[in-house]
Amino acid sequence: MPELQLFLDGEPLAARPGQTVGAALTEAGVTSWRTTLRGGRPRGLFCGIGVCFDCLLMVDGVPNQRACLTPARDGMELETGTSTQTRPDKADTDDTAPGGVVSGSVAAMDGGAEV
Amino acid sequence: MSRGAALFDVAVVGAGPAGLAAAVHAADTGLSVVLVDAGAQPGGQFWRHPDEKAGLDEGTDNHPVEAAGHHDWKRFADLRSRLYAHEAAGQVAYWRNTQVWLIEPDAVTALGLTPTLDVPASAPDGLPATVRARHAILCPGGYDRQLPVPGWDLPGVMAAGGAQALLKGNRTAGGSIAVVGGTGPFLLPVATGLAAAGVKVAAICEANSPSGWLRNLRGAVRAPEKALEGAEYAAALARHRIPYRIRTAVTEIHGSARVEAVTISKLSADGSVLPGSGRRVACDVVALGWGFTAQLELVLAAGAETCVDVDGSLVAVVDGRLKTSVPGVSVAGEATGVGGASMAVVEGELAALCVAAESGAASAGAAGMGVRIARLQRERARLRSFAVAMHRANPVPGRWHGWLTPETVVCRCEEVSYGELCSAHAELGAGDARSLKSFARPGMGWCQGRVCGYATASIAAELAGRPFEGPAAAADLRSMAKRTLAAPVSLGQLAALVFDGPDLETPDFAPPATDKGHEP
Repeated sequence: MPELQLFLDGEPLAARPGQTVGAALTEAGVTSWRTTLRGGRPRGLFCGIGVCFDCLLMVDGVPNQRACLTPARDGMELETGTSTQTRPDKADTDDTAPGGVVSGSVAAMDGGAEV
Repeated sequence: MSRGAALFDVAVVGAGPAGLAAAVHAADTGLSVVLVDAGAQPGGQFWRHPDEKAGLDEGTDNHPVEAAGHHDWKRFADLRSRLYAHEAAGQVAYWRNTQVWLIEPDAVTALGLTPTLDVPASAPDGLPATVRARHAILCPGGYDRQLPVPGWDLPGVMAAGGAQALLKGNRTAGGSIAVVGGTGPFLLPVATGLAAAGVKVAAICEANSPSGWLRNLRGAVRAPEKALEGAEYAAALARHRIPYRIRTAVTEIHGSARVEAVTISKLSADGSVLPGSGRRVACDVVALGWGFTAQLELVLAAGAETCVDVDGSLVAVVDGRLKTSVPGVSVAGEATGVGGASMAVVEGELAALCVAAESGAASAGAAGMGVRIARLQRERARLRSFAVAMHRANPVPGRWHGWLTPETVVCRCEEVSYGELCSAHAELGAGDARSLKSFARPGMGWCQGRVCGYATASIAAELAGRPFEGPAAAADLRSMAKRTLAAPVSLGQLAALVFDGPDLETPDFAPPATDKGHEP
């Protein structure tokens, strides 16, 4: 089966057709691809099914993409460490930037716990 | 909301076992169906399989390669082929790679749609901003319930379902030596799946004891097929020489850049850690699962009543026809109570047939539909009693908080530690999950409490010195499970909602004259 070639911070990364970005990284021995905002802790796959948002990375210039759900495509450019620039609860999240998203409770912005 | 959104008889959310069955059976009765699913292909988490377009060797009819590691694959293959046939015939509009981020139940229910992925070219062609339907059947499924443990945020530690998803969907094993821990029968397929992929499974740590079964035999013996499945796993454990350690839990995870080892400890009967029983086991993969959490954001957003089930999960309250307290909204599958794929398929069909019977579908009056509904209700009751027995045998250890340290991360997104939650309680008087969330921010990051919701609710009760049960526990779980937006969306989508107005009853938004309002 022909292999796909992706790039992780410019370095070649092989993937099999049908694999997700997260699986390709894992198979290549890469276990983390971002650090957390507060503790600087390494993060990679955790839930593996799109629930936890731990595995965020930049894909083809779009930040905050879930590696566990994103299918690998030939020539895809992945960037590590770039996915903590925006936080979902911060008002500076901006839809003029690609991938600017809000996740869940808008009320998080004003600290309200339940809406 | 977009103008002229198509009107369907039934909207099914989720294409896992319940949603797939609901969509296929609703379409069989002649109803027009829109099926919305976050995944690229049907099956959900249970029937996750390799990319259908990736050109895998197809194997033989009896042993297709994509079925590797699956139970009940034939049932899935049958449902899937019927779904594709209905889609080709225009009876089902099937939106893949699509998440529902908003639900507005009314005379008709409106669903706001958004692509699962933001990567260019990943959005489905022609995806409408909104679809509308006379009935909604929500089949959101569930995911692994997690209990924080020191070091659980190290790379290499995964949800048990995540480790399995890597195998089922990608044929990828996360490492070479694994420890599988938590409670419940799901640990078995995860461990045997890893072993079959060549991973050495150093231990399965089951917090409970199988003798719990004996106390719940009545439920268990009503599902003999499950006993057979259990025997298969027992044989697989023996074949792969996987140690199955009961009343044992992973109580600490070690490593710097990634997991390198775990401490496994014995638990006493009340679930507390036996001092001095800890033993270090080297590994590079840890798979954790403490039962399942039902995905409830759409159920809660619809305003449907919820309650705490036997397993401590918040679930939708439904009647014998799987109707919620909100007219026009049904729920099927794990979100009515975790019960596994067989029960989900039964519930999906039951929900669909009940909707069909009420909505005057072409075959509603056909002889046999009432009989079929009654049979499905009996089958559901049988499977439910098995699920209840299972839940009673595999509770979350009552004193699991004992293995937490002040530094243990509880909320992975906002990096809120157990110590910070204790301070919010001791210094700020937070006595429930809602105030813990306000003061210390657990559950307010990317995942919106999906991962830490149960743990935070349980910790709230522990700190307040009350048992984690009853209406107070339900309120704690609800406050961690409520999400204004069921999926992340761009601010542009939100703005469009505000400017276009969500009110579907204005004359501009009159429903199309035809019942079969499929997308062009």
